[in-house]
Amino acid sequence: MENFLQQLINGITLGSIYGLIAIGYTMVFGIIGMVNFAHGDVFMLSAFIALLAFLFLTKVIGLGFLPVAFIIVLVLGMTLTSVWNWTIERLAYRPLRGSFRLAPLISAIGMSTFLSNFVQVAQGPRNKPVPPMFSQNFQFGPPGHEVTLQYKQIVIVVVTALLLGGFWWLVQKTNLGRAQRACEQDRKMAALIGVDVDRTISITFIIGAALAAVAGSLYLLYYGVVSFSDGFLPGVKAFTAAVLGGIGSLPGAVLGGLMIGLIEVMWAAYFSSDYKDVAAFSILAITLIFMPSGILGRPEIEKV
Amino acid sequence: MAIAAASSSHADETSGIADRVKESVYAGLLTLVLCIPIVLFHAEANQNDGTLELLWRPVAVAVLVVLAFAGRFAVLTFKAAPKRERAVAVAKPASSGLTALLTWGGLGFLLLFPPILVVTLGSSGSLKWIDSYGIQILIYVMLGWGLNIVVGLAGLLDLGYVAFYAVGAYSYTLLATTFHLSFWICLPIAGILAACWGMILGFPVLRLRGDYLAIVTLAFGEIIRTILINWTAFSGGSAGISSIPKITFFGLVFADRPGSFDDFFGMEYSPIHGKVFLYYVILALALLTNLVTLRLRRLPIGRAWEALREDEIACRSLGVNTTNTKLTAFALGAFFGGLAGSFFAVRQGFVSPESFTFNESATILAIVVLGGMGSQIGVALAAVALIGGFEMLRELTFLKAIMAQVFGMDDFDPTQYRGLLFGLAMVVMMVLRPRGFVSTRAPSIFLKERKSVSGDLVKEGHG
Repeated sequence: MENFLQQLINGITLGSIYGLIAIGYTMVFGIIGMVNFAHGDVFMLSAFIALLAFLFLTKVIGLGFLPVAFIIVLVLGMTLTSVWNWTIERLAYRPLRGSFRLAPLISAIGMSTFLSNFVQVAQGPRNKPVPPMFSQNFQFGPPGHEVTLQYKQIVIVVVTALLLGGFWWLVQKTNLGRAQRACEQDRKMAALIGVDVDRTISITFIIGAALAAVAGSLYLLYYGVVSFSDGFLPGVKAFTAAVLGGIGSLPGAVLGGLMIGLIEVMWAAYFSSDYKDVAAFSILAITLIFMPSGILGRPEIEKV
Repeated sequence: MAIAAASSSHADETSGIADRVKESVYAGLLTLVLCIPIVLFHAEANQNDGTLELLWRPVAVAVLVVLAFAGRFAVLTFKAAPKRERAVAVAKPASSGLTALLTWGGLGFLLLFPPILVVTLGSSGSLKWIDSYGIQILIYVMLGWGLNIVVGLAGLLDLGYVAFYAVGAYSYTLLATTFHLSFWICLPIAGILAACWGMILGFPVLRLRGDYLAIVTLAFGEIIRTILINWTAFSGGSAGISSIPKITFFGLVFADRPGSFDDFFGMEYSPIHGKVFLYYVILALALLTNLVTLRLRRLPIGRAWEALREDEIACRSLGVNTTNTKLTAFALGAFFGGLAGSFFAVRQGFVSPESFTFNESATILAIVVLGGMGSQIGVALAAVALIGGFEMLRELTFLKAIMAQVFGMDDFDPTQYRGLLFGLAMVVMMVLRPRGFVSTRAPSIFLKERKSVSGDLVKEGHG
């Protein structure tokens, strides 16, 4: 039982990170119908930006108080990653509207290859470890059956929850969110009633990147290490989460993220940790083949 | 009036330049912001205690900012230049002379490549050229042509192509090491096994829409690789399998011992004989791939592939069985991937899951995309340029010296930049020329006269 509880905590932590990345996939898919293959690498890039910002703050400026440093890292990471994703959208995806169907996906694959290799060239191929942060933990439960809750797990879940709340407000209550939902339903119609579609799409990419940047910082905090190839697997798993939850659906992405995190952790704990990636990939294939609209998604209607 | 018009056009031009400079400054500033964290700072592990330290690279950032500024300015100037009448994409008679020359000239060159090299450079000097240029490039040409059937002709984006390459390689390896079968028996078996895997994987996924299909094939590719890594009893795990039997020439091995190929023909032993033989084997396999593709394109099935690529809904309404059509393309592509994999195993003498990562799939896809999806000669040229080009860059020692001088990179290796440029090239290609460098299509059937069709006239994959 205590093992199960422990895995539940670990799974929810991991799932929060996946959920944050998954929102980026699901929003972009919802608005322009494209699998943003490079999103995982944007996440990896943001983890590197967080790492460098953290080193800059602690080593060069000498900021000692961790929570403040962490918040500055989060804000810096969100800003810079947003600039990156905005540029990527401008250069690699926007010129392709109206090109043939596979063009944006191929372009995104190219971008993904570019980003991971770029980081490898710029920062070197080795893993980058950071000193552990928020490493205290507390234990609860009857003696002999303690469950460990690390502070950083609390930080991750709390930051994710706050961010998702803010994000939910943005999409539901602001003009920007309304424009975005309008574009998602019908881009041409939205343009006719005066929504600046290009700008809305740009902002979608910016929001996706900002959430991925928070996920990147939290990932760095949780694992304490990052390497240039870390974009691929979390990216695919987050995409799986988006698909499982129903691609295009925002609550679905969060739900899917939590489910993927739990499945991965439970699979590793109770079956085999060697095959935990196979579990994620199999869920991806099975969902797409048998349940392409996911749990909360709407079935897709093919317009001729 | 005329003067006013002239002066206003002059004003347009000057303000044009000012605008261009402004735009370019923006591009430079944007690059600066993008570079600030990831290029300016470099986290390097301390030699003594392993903690990370920050290093500065202001020169690299300055170079990138200047490059962005100049590049943006050049692009804007090019765009602002008075446009010539753009050649309208019309069907014009195919320049069959040039194509024939290219085809037969290229073929002749490929056939004569090893003897010319051996004569000019001697047997030890030509080893590198035949092995790491000739054979290496031809493997990618074959993989490119195999994937071209799936992506270029049938319009199915397969991101897990390397899985079939792996199936071929492991089929030969396991058959040869456990049952001691010869390469020539294993080769077709490996191909057929890969094709079977293609069918098994293809059957459930082929009714998915384009990008979902791509993602599921990616997932299958990764599943196969993870299984190869973890099922140690079957595949040797991540350590791989070494000492795979070498290729034989009608039962004669290429080795320095009695009864070998060299001994049988009364020649002195030289490793070049084996390499030249391998070269001709992969050349034959690649040409087989090409020949089969070219012939199939004229059969109903090939035309169905291309029709499917252009418009799936129209195909379905005309009674084309889309599942079977896709499945044959998938299986045939997998078959050739399997053959190439089996050749890869016999050439390397060692296989491990490391060789079958997603990066490999992306490389093959880049070759197909850059070559112009569906164009055979384009794919071959792209493979030569991408694979051979980077091997060439590695030889340029002055490039190393420049990089060490300017950027302070002592261990500069151009192949590190391969993925970077591949990715960038794929993006640029999609933006500028989505139909690839060789974008004309020779129609496979015609009424009176064969006309080449510009890629602009056919739209791909709408529907």
